[in-house]
Amino acid sequence: MNEKNNKLQFQRFTRLNRVLHILMIVSFISLALTGLTIKFSYTGWAVILSHLLGGFESAGYIHRFFAVVMVSTFITHLVDIARMKKREYKTWRAMIFSPDSMIFNKKDVQDFIGTLKWFVGKGERPQYGRWTYWEKFDYFAVFWGIFVIGSTGVTLWFPELLTAIFPGWIVNVATIIHSDEALLATGFIFTIHFFNTHLRPEKFPMDIVIFSGRTSLEEYKIDRPAEYKELVERGELEQHLVEPYPPIVIRVIKIFGWTALTAGFGIVLWIIYAMIFAYR
Amino acid sequence: MSTYRHIFLFVSLLLVFPAALSAQDNSDCLACHEDKTLTKKVGGKEISVFVDQSKLALSVHAANKCIDCHVDLKDSDFPHKEHVDRATCTNCHQSENKDYAESLHGRASARDDKLAPRCQTCHGSHEIVPVKSPKSAVAPLQIPYVCGSCHHEGSPVQVQRHIPQANILENYTESIHGEALLKKGLVVAPTCISCHAAHKILPHTDPRSSIARNNIAGTCTKCHAAIETVHRKIIRGALWEKAPHVLPVCVDCHQPHKIRNVYYEQGMADKDCLRCHGNRDAKAANGRSMYVDYDELQGSMHSKVACSQCHTQVNPSFLRPCEAITSHVDCTICHAEVGDQYRTSIHGQLFAKNDPNAPMCTECHGTHNVLGHKNPKSPTFAINVPFLCGRCHHEGKKAAVRYTGTEHNIISKYTESIHGKGLMKSGMTITATCADCHTAHHELPHSDTASSVNPKNISSTCGQCHFGIEEQFNKSVHSPLVTRTDKELPTCNDCHTAHSIQRTDQDQFKLSIMNTCGRCHTEIAKTYFDTYHGKVSQLGYTKTAKCYDCHGAHDILPPSDPRSHLSYQNIVQTCKKCHSGANRQFAGYFTHATHHDPNKYPWLYWSFLGMTALLVGTFFFAGVHTLLWLPRSLQYRKELKKKLSNDV
Repeated sequence: MNEKNNKLQFQRFTRLNRVLHILMIVSFISLALTGLTIKFSYTGWAVILSHLLGGFESAGYIHRFFAVVMVSTFITHLVDIARMKKREYKTWRAMIFSPDSMIFNKKDVQDFIGTLKWFVGKGERPQYGRWTYWEKFDYFAVFWGIFVIGSTGVTLWFPELLTAIFPGWIVNVATIIHSDEALLATGFIFTIHFFNTHLRPEKFPMDIVIFSGRTSLEEYKIDRPAEYKELVERGELEQHLVEPYPPIVIRVIKIFGWTALTAGFGIVLWIIYAMIFAYR
Repeated sequence: MSTYRHIFLFVSLLLVFPAALSAQDNSDCLACHEDKTLTKKVGGKEISVFVDQSKLALSVHAANKCIDCHVDLKDSDFPHKEHVDRATCTNCHQSENKDYAESLHGRASARDDKLAPRCQTCHGSHEIVPVKSPKSAVAPLQIPYVCGSCHHEGSPVQVQRHIPQANILENYTESIHGEALLKKGLVVAPTCISCHAAHKILPHTDPRSSIARNNIAGTCTKCHAAIETVHRKIIRGALWEKAPHVLPVCVDCHQPHKIRNVYYEQGMADKDCLRCHGNRDAKAANGRSMYVDYDELQGSMHSKVACSQCHTQVNPSFLRPCEAITSHVDCTICHAEVGDQYRTSIHGQLFAKNDPNAPMCTECHGTHNVLGHKNPKSPTFAINVPFLCGRCHHEGKKAAVRYTGTEHNIISKYTESIHGKGLMKSGMTITATCADCHTAHHELPHSDTASSVNPKNISSTCGQCHFGIEEQFNKSVHSPLVTRTDKELPTCNDCHTAHSIQRTDQDQFKLSIMNTCGRCHTEIAKTYFDTYHGKVSQLGYTKTAKCYDCHGAHDILPPSDPRSHLSYQNIVQTCKKCHSGANRQFAGYFTHATHHDPNKYPWLYWSFLGMTALLVGTFFFAGVHTLLWLPRSLQYRKELKKKLSNDV
């Protein structure tokens, strides 16, 4: 590998993907903060936060605004997928069964079993491809979450409209589902997802690839050996190599990353406090 | 007439009527006494001894013989002795004579007081006509003149004898009694003798006298029989006659002789009292100042009340009239109703037990400086009442330290309350003060069923000012008139507090109402906090439905009642207060939903259970995955480092 190649990095995420993820982070944390103030209204933190947010009404507007942002992000992503299908795969079938597919496939089952074996020292680290099974899980969790939280959220946003069709208690049910699904989503993202991507010791304290979109070739080679191998075999690796970002950009990314991480951890601590110590 | 001629007449009479010696008919006497010129000399003064037979014949005594009255001449020879005793009335008028003998007049006569009147002085002699005859010398219309003949101003009796009243006749003439008699000819109007008696006239200092302090009421009520009904504020029942020493008697207000239907200058003049008490150095034996600031008294509500009307025991027959005083001023002689209230109040009860802390009238109202409650300088003026009551009821003061209930710091709490701010900061004198709720004179502990602040009565107490609210409340489920229960029902102060009452449009009140209702409605308040309404309230915002927004405040009724805000008929309208698009199904939202009750709320219960299972399941698998990953990842990190350093 020559000097130039050594400096070049492997690009894993498109610009749109990265922007969407940033929008996702911002809207997710905003929704979590504004929503949880209502869910955990019995904690002193909620009272302070609610006032910082300008009151429950203001928090409600923020919540709805970012709900729209998040759904828009989601829809943009769906459109992007459709465009990608058109551009790269022609048919849905080709896209779904491609090695880079987000859909769970046989390799994911093998990788999952292989990973568990690796965890307990009964095997080598599996040769992960473009997407690992836990990444696919996180990905589809968002689909599920958007559907569940979105639909119940609309019910809570327009109860007068919804009760024109459904009985009044669906508002109560929507409240429970919206709130508990939110708890699941925030709890999962701020613990499991954070660990899987940022906190596991080899990535600690964070992996900025989702913001920069690029990672060093060495890391990439180790992390995703199957994909690397395939790219090399097909001779397409060069297409994915890009110049690294200047340090100032990395710095900004890290500040943003830290902010998001801190917010996430803060929310987790708050949830733990509210659920265990202040629950009533 | 000379003595000579006198003797001559006697002699000639004897010659003309020898029969007279033994028969002694009136004609015998008249033989001489018919002569208009007949005189006799008494003490150097010649007086007529003519007896007008025409008058005698018309008199009440026409049938009597001369000697029936001139008893000392009975069986006497003619000419009779020169010094003839006075005609006596005693033989017939024994009781009158007895009364007379005991009277001032009689006793004066007995000691040969030249000014003493005798029967004849008033009644006349031979011409006495029946008392009932208008021609009688003692007919009602004549009486003032009869008595006035001696008792008019400047008369020897007025000047030389001790008569405590002045201008008696003039005053009487101008009085309502005199006017009735002398100007209106009302012969039933009281004359002198109506009050003083006809014969048994005694000084007012004599306890037997009809005008003695203890008897005056009886004397006046002879005519003013029903005065007790019109003077009932002053004369409590029969006390006037039973205990005249504690009550002002008629003449304390209606001065003798000057009686009008208005108050006159008083009997025992204030200036008499001020001779000593006007002195700034006046001190009692125990050193207490006895000085009375007369100017202060004149500025008080009692400016028209004389010293003796309160200090009723004063007796002018003492050199120091106040020497007779043995007890405190009793305000209830005039303020009878208030007195009755006070006696049954806790203050009065304590006073009756001789409790040194018990406040008396003067504790709140002052003494000579009594000002009406409408006077801003009065301690009982609305704005001053909290300070007044605070003298004892302020935390740490004598009433507060003996109090064992739950209301503490009442004065400072009141000051911060809506009532206190209205009164003391905004100067709204119509605002409820201590006295408005606890009453001014009938304060009782709230546990007493007669107390204005007893749970039974508190709604009507508050209703005095909060018109309409009481009516609403009385129809609500919280009213004992509606709900029959052994449990304690809430009343005004249970929600609004007693002394810290807040404006209901302020956040603090609005936000505390859930806990207030929750004191009794524990479960339902808890489940409220599980809903959006409750959670927003918990965050400290009021722009969300609170208990009273849906249930009403004072007119709470069970949803089963068609008049309830939450009845089938009204609930959609109630929701629409905030949710303009509310519909029938919208009103089916469970505002007190709990996901812990599978029977009542199965959908909620199963939703929650499902979500919890999903949550626990997801976290369990992901958690296990992560926990397994962590140690492996630590090891892998070392391997990677090694590998990378080898590569380099």
